[in-house]
Amino acid sequence: MSAQPATARSYSAVPAQPLRKGGVRIADVVKVYGTSEAGILAVDHCTFDVPPGEITVVVGPSGCGKTTLLNAIAGFHSISSGNIYLDDELLCGPRKLKAQPGPDRIVVFQNGALFPWKTNIENVTFGPIMQGLLSRAEAYEKARDMMADAGLRGIEHNYPGEMSSGVRRRVEIVRALMNDPKILLLDEPYRALDSLTKSVMHEALLEVFYKNRVTIFFITHDLEEAIFLGHRVVIMTTRPCRPKKILDIDIPHPRDYSVLTTKRFREFMDETAAAVHEEALKAFAAGEKER
Amino acid sequence: MTEASPLRALNRDVSLGLADDAVRGISPLALAIHRFLLWLRSPRPYLMIVGFTLFIGFWYLAVEVWKLPRFSEMPGPTEVVREWFSRNPTYGLSVFTPEYYLHIWVSTRRVAIAFFLATAIGVPLGLFLGWSERFKQYVFPVFELLRPVPPLAWVPLAIVMFKGSETPIIFLTFLASFYATALNTMLGVESIDVSYTRAASCLGATRWQVFRHVIVPGAMPFIFTGLQISVGVAWFSLVAGEMVSGQYGLGYVINTSYTMVRYPTIVIGMITLGIVGYVTSAAVRFVGDHLMQWRTRELALGGDR
Ligand SMILES: Nc1ncnc2c1ncn2[C@@H]1O[C@H](COP(=O)(O)OP(=O)(O)OP(=O)(O)O)[C@@H](O)[C@H]1O
Ligand SMILES: [Mg+2]
Repeated sequence: MSAQPATARSYSAVPAQPLRKGGVRIADVVKVYGTSEAGILAVDHCTFDVPPGEITVVVGPSGCGKTTLLNAIAGFHSISSGNIYLDDELLCGPRKLKAQPGPDRIVVFQNGALFPWKTNIENVTFGPIMQGLLSRAEAYEKARDMMADAGLRGIEHNYPGEMSSGVRRRVEIVRALMNDPKILLLDEPYRALDSLTKSVMHEALLEVFYKNRVTIFFITHDLEEAIFLGHRVVIMTTRPCRPKKILDIDIPHPRDYSVLTTKRFREFMDETAAAVHEEALKAFAAGEKER
Repeated sequence: MTEASPLRALNRDVSLGLADDAVRGISPLALAIHRFLLWLRSPRPYLMIVGFTLFIGFWYLAVEVWKLPRFSEMPGPTEVVREWFSRNPTYGLSVFTPEYYLHIWVSTRRVAIAFFLATAIGVPLGLFLGWSERFKQYVFPVFELLRPVPPLAWVPLAIVMFKGSETPIIFLTFLASFYATALNTMLGVESIDVSYTRAASCLGATRWQVFRHVIVPGAMPFIFTGLQISVGVAWFSLVAGEMVSGQYGLGYVINTSYTMVRYPTIVIGMITLGIVGYVTSAAVRFVGDHLMQWRTRELALGGDR
């Protein structure tokens, strides 16, 4: 591929300089479902930064409002007040409560959203073909390269339903990367996977990250996953969600699974486990009350 | 990352295991044969034969051996079969008489026209009902009010509205099919996970592209369920229509045979309806499998494991 002329896009090459794009600033965001009197307050004056070119992991108990926040960034629904910026451009704010969804912020969904009626390669090429950026032939060529890069050779013409869920997630990430997004928004993508597949997926995701240096916003409620992947871990309170604790994980990248047994990793776990546990208990108690 | 990382191992799995040609190069015909062989190896065909035997055996015993009072007027299976395959049928209708095929042809043609119209109008209507909340608010209440009116209740109006005997029958046949198709299509659109439309808009698809690439294919399984119901109810209301008017068709055969006391011919008409009805639904299913390879393959894999 290095023999290609300069017009070829550098999708598979390692950028010489890490591209510093895809930073998100969440400023005083509030989200109320329903009317403000009888509604559910899901996000409460939430403020934090997703630094560009890094992995930010949001951890919080089930139902605290993590998906709500992600949907607001993606533009799937409106916020009630506050501002969200992408690289200093306003995505949504008081005068435009709902961001416009677009290929600069691509979501990988909690339950996966590859179109089951399209083959893997049709899924992967969907973005550039719909936007009219590439011809079919160009898109297919790029997709083949990117899938091969991600270790997904030979399954181009299979349907997602024929793949294991781990492979489906990787195809979905390639589908996102085809659009050169500024930021990937991953909503508990590995929730349904067994722990062995999960560890493979983590390393695969890190590999993708090292190669593309795309900003990643990752939601989970698995603390170990959060610390292993993240440059930054944002621990959320139970609903309404707001950051309870923000940690910068100084374990150097590139990381692999040997990190899990290091002393530093254990220290981070110890430092955060209490906070996460406390919020989980609160969430549980609140759930009991609602019932 | 080291060479021994589990990622590498998985990669190898992907390219060796899943790219198997047996899965990739699957054709609908090969799949049909494969399924048929699976079916032969399962207990299902034999249970089916047992079921038929029991049914016909009971009919035979009740009518011809025990001569139960309720069944005294009923033709027995031997009488029906003899008549059905007779070169010289007592009551004038058997597989050797051209009229038999004329009746089948006339009925099939009516069902085909009605089914085609119901699909051509029902699918787009259902798609828009499911897609646009506003459109649904206008149209759905009327639809729901008309739907419970049985086709038979439409007979007088159908005859008044349309001239001749052919159009009213086709209209009646069309009605129930149309409801089934439109309703299932609408449910199909509503069943589509919102993640798919969101994913498409993330990937830069316009509203129309979402409709074309997500809504239509996503609703397809429900549409084909609807179409299968639709052929079923088409035969159902066709017979009702043919019993009321017309000079040909299987419903007509059954009705006139009753008034002319040709009881074996009634049963021939009924069995023929069953067979033709089954064949038409199987044809719809076949087309559906063909159009929805992704689903067929998923199900085939699911069945194999
Ligand atoms: N469309 C909606 N209308 C009303 N309430 C909603 C809606 N969507 C979510 N909620 C509520 O808002 C709260 C936050 O939901 P959200 O999906 O953001 O949580 P989450 O942190 O992603 O949870 P999980 O870990 O289970 O995915 C929940 O209590 C949920 O019941
Ligand atoms: Mg969620």
